[in-house]
Amino acid sequence: MAGSVLDARYTRRRRRNAIAKALALAATLVGLGWLVLILGALLWQGFGGLSPAVFTEMTPPPGSAGGLLNPIIGSLILTVLAVVIGTPIGILAGTYMAEYGRYDKLTSVVRFINDILLSAPSIVVGLFIYEVMVAPMGHFSGYAGGVALAVLVIPVVVRTTEDMLTLVPNALREAATSIGLPRSLAITQICYRAARAGMVTGVLLAVARISGETAPLLFTSLNNQFWSTNLNAPISSLPVVIFQFALSPYRDWQALAWTGALIITMAVLALSVTARALVATGKQS
Amino acid sequence: MNLAGRRSVVDVVLQNEGLIAAEAATRAKVLDRLRLSDSVFRRLTRGAAIGVLLLLSGVMGSLIAGSIPALRSFGLGFLVSERWNPVTENFGALPAIYGTVITSAIAMLIAVPLGLMIAFFLTELCPQWLRRPIGLAIELLAGIPSIIYGIWGLFVFAPFLQGTLQPFLINTLGNVPAIGPLFAGPPYGIGILTAGLILAIMVLPFITSISRDVFEAVPSVLKEAAYGLGCTTWEVVRNVVLPYCRVGVIGGIMLALGRALGETMAVTFVIGNAHRISASILAPGTTISATIANEFTEAVGDLYTSALIALGLILFIITFIVLAIARYMLLRIERRVG
Repeated sequence: MAGSVLDARYTRRRRRNAIAKALALAATLVGLGWLVLILGALLWQGFGGLSPAVFTEMTPPPGSAGGLLNPIIGSLILTVLAVVIGTPIGILAGTYMAEYGRYDKLTSVVRFINDILLSAPSIVVGLFIYEVMVAPMGHFSGYAGGVALAVLVIPVVVRTTEDMLTLVPNALREAATSIGLPRSLAITQICYRAARAGMVTGVLLAVARISGETAPLLFTSLNNQFWSTNLNAPISSLPVVIFQFALSPYRDWQALAWTGALIITMAVLALSVTARALVATGKQS
Repeated sequence: MNLAGRRSVVDVVLQNEGLIAAEAATRAKVLDRLRLSDSVFRRLTRGAAIGVLLLLSGVMGSLIAGSIPALRSFGLGFLVSERWNPVTENFGALPAIYGTVITSAIAMLIAVPLGLMIAFFLTELCPQWLRRPIGLAIELLAGIPSIIYGIWGLFVFAPFLQGTLQPFLINTLGNVPAIGPLFAGPPYGIGILTAGLILAIMVLPFITSISRDVFEAVPSVLKEAAYGLGCTTWEVVRNVVLPYCRVGVIGGIMLALGRALGETMAVTFVIGNAHRISASILAPGTTISATIANEFTEAVGDLYTSALIALGLILFIITFIVLAIARYMLLRIERRVG
């Protein structure tokens, strides 16, 4: 009698366990399915538009053929500008946190603030740069766009630099000091080399993050229909062009938007896969 | 120890520059130079670290400065007013705040259980060799730029919802007394629900990867003890792993919530940009970030611009609080693990 009650309870528990396991499997399939659906749609819609013209011709007016040359070049310029501005600041700040002030108050405050900047809404960064650069200068410019992206680069680089330098064994620092190296040389010549793979990864991740960013560019670098590499004027960028073309009523603009989306996604995924591979090899050695 | 026979860094510098090592004055000069470069470098790094702090206060300061005109004309009424009329220059933030909160709520409602179940699968059920690839694939979802979600949402997902899920919801749940109004109205395709669903996909990887990391940090002794008592896998996860990881999981959820609240491009594509509060989640609406993205460059007049910046300030304050809580909780769990 008691046995059958226990049996029933046991069966119920087993059944519940099986259901939970099935749900977990289903959840994973849903997650993976979404990735497949999105990438599939991108390939389906964007692949047909890939042609040499995309990389050699300017953005067209509606109804005629063209490519994405000016936004691609614009995006590259803005990304380089952002990395050139953001990386040194990020590396220096990360260096202070890991080397000089590992245990002081400033470091824990900066770490906290940096983590918040890391996930802060990027459109707010756009507003900030609009207020401090675009409004005083009186016009939209490539510089403003580059600085806005740099603000997004800094937290990523700070975070990875600090993490990677913290992983450098103290024995290396002690060895450097014992041969009389000043602290600055010990850091730049010894610790940076030991942490190089990780720090490069940080920069790659930052590039991956900003290359698809649209919101901070909407009212900093704006957009430009024509060929322009003048950083003091509005400059075209791939994400903004995708935004504009996708929301337009013209079929050929929409097709170009899909192609641009495919290009960006492939670039970003390639960057993040490379970054991960770098981390993986760094861990093994 | 024979110090005389050893060469120091100073000697190396002297040699490189062709100076004679014997002169004490030159030695002292080189040493001074090294000391100077050391302190310069130290100050430089410290300056950069303080620069990060200034960055945040700069964002805050410029937003406050920019929103003063709007806050002065509308006062606290800005927060609760439902009007948004650029022609008469009458602005209120309520529809945008409502849209931001409701889309994020829908996203969390879907992404939290889904993310936790995926983490459960990855840590307890998945064969070892599949864990890394699946984990990586889920994290790739986080790498896809938000504008891609936007264009996909607009051209693929919204028409799909319009044809399938939305009519289904209208015909079934739309007739249920209490919750019926939530699912009333025609199936637009775009709207609050679509934006919420897209956001759910976008924040899923954050919840998954953080939950997986904290699940993995549970001491195996605890789990083995539970298995030893005869618990099923689900019971172990439900009653041992989850309570143990509570703080970390909540931290991950808050982090994802912070992302969802501030997400711009994906939402802008599919929300419909309508400044009104509808009872139905199938209706178009707007969010703070979508309003700014859509209208900022077209805003004429200082008051309009200022109202948009004030919206940005509200968004920044909300996300700051949410993210600060997230970081605080994750910090607590890090301390316990480390």
